[in-house]
Amino acid sequence: MDQLRAGDEQAFTEIVDRYHRQLIRLAIAFVSTPEAAEDAAQETWIALINGIERFEGRSSLRSWLFQVCANRARTIGTREHRTVPVEQIGPAVDAASFTTSGAWTSPPVPWPETAAELLRDSAAVERIRDSIDRLPRMQRTVVTMRDVDGLSADEICRILSITPSNQRVLLHRGREQVRRELSKVVT
Amino acid sequence: MKLLRRRRSLTCQRAVELATNYLDGALTAPERRAFEDHLKDCPHCAEYLRQIRIAIEATGHVDSDEFPAATRDTLITLYRNTVCEPKTDDPS
Repeated sequence: MDQLRAGDEQAFTEIVDRYHRQLIRLAIAFVSTPEAAEDAAQETWIALINGIERFEGRSSLRSWLFQVCANRARTIGTREHRTVPVEQIGPAVDAASFTTSGAWTSPPVPWPETAAELLRDSAAVERIRDSIDRLPRMQRTVVTMRDVDGLSADEICRILSITPSNQRVLLHRGREQVRRELSKVVT
Repeated sequence: MKLLRRRRSLTCQRAVELATNYLDGALTAPERRAFEDHLKDCPHCAEYLRQIRIAIEATGHVDSDEFPAATRDTLITLYRNTVCEPKTDDPS
């Protein structure tokens, strides 16, 4: 932060490169177009630039950026009269995979790979990206923030204004979808 | 015996729904014990949890798309003009 306050352009470029895409992906949870998400992300940077002197560092810079971006995106979404639809919450794993007494009928086929091996397969990497892109909006946002961007559960709950249990339900449904899609290329 | 039966009563269908709660440390102590006991006896659910862990780890290494250089340049110019330039009293 001291570097940013001192006008270190390199430091500013680095944080823009690191967080701009993450902010856009977060904003898209609240608005209806990629352009509106881009606007929210840009407004976040403007808020940082204008508020740099007053930034007290009580929260991490990343946490602050995400929080401001979510607030801006919410405001834009409200202006668009957009409400974030409540996503249907059922079991993550398809009930058809189990007997009526809850035992597997089609258990997961064992994966030979470790994550490192998996990542050498471009089809698998592509499959992960695709499966995240096709998740319902809130699941996609939570999986991206948590498993791609590495935010903590607490940060996500605060930024998205969701409860810890809701965060875990969304996360698990999203992860299950990624796992299921990966199974198609791994086994 | 009663406790043992209750632990065993965790079905596969229920166990897989608890995977993320387990990894997040969000289960109560009895729930966590029931989950771990179930996995000891159930290779399918153990494999399921392994796959979820692999999926999480792999997801963390997926790069995201680039963003337009024009946006980057606009922001850097704004930063330069606002923060790097000598400050004046006029906030415009």
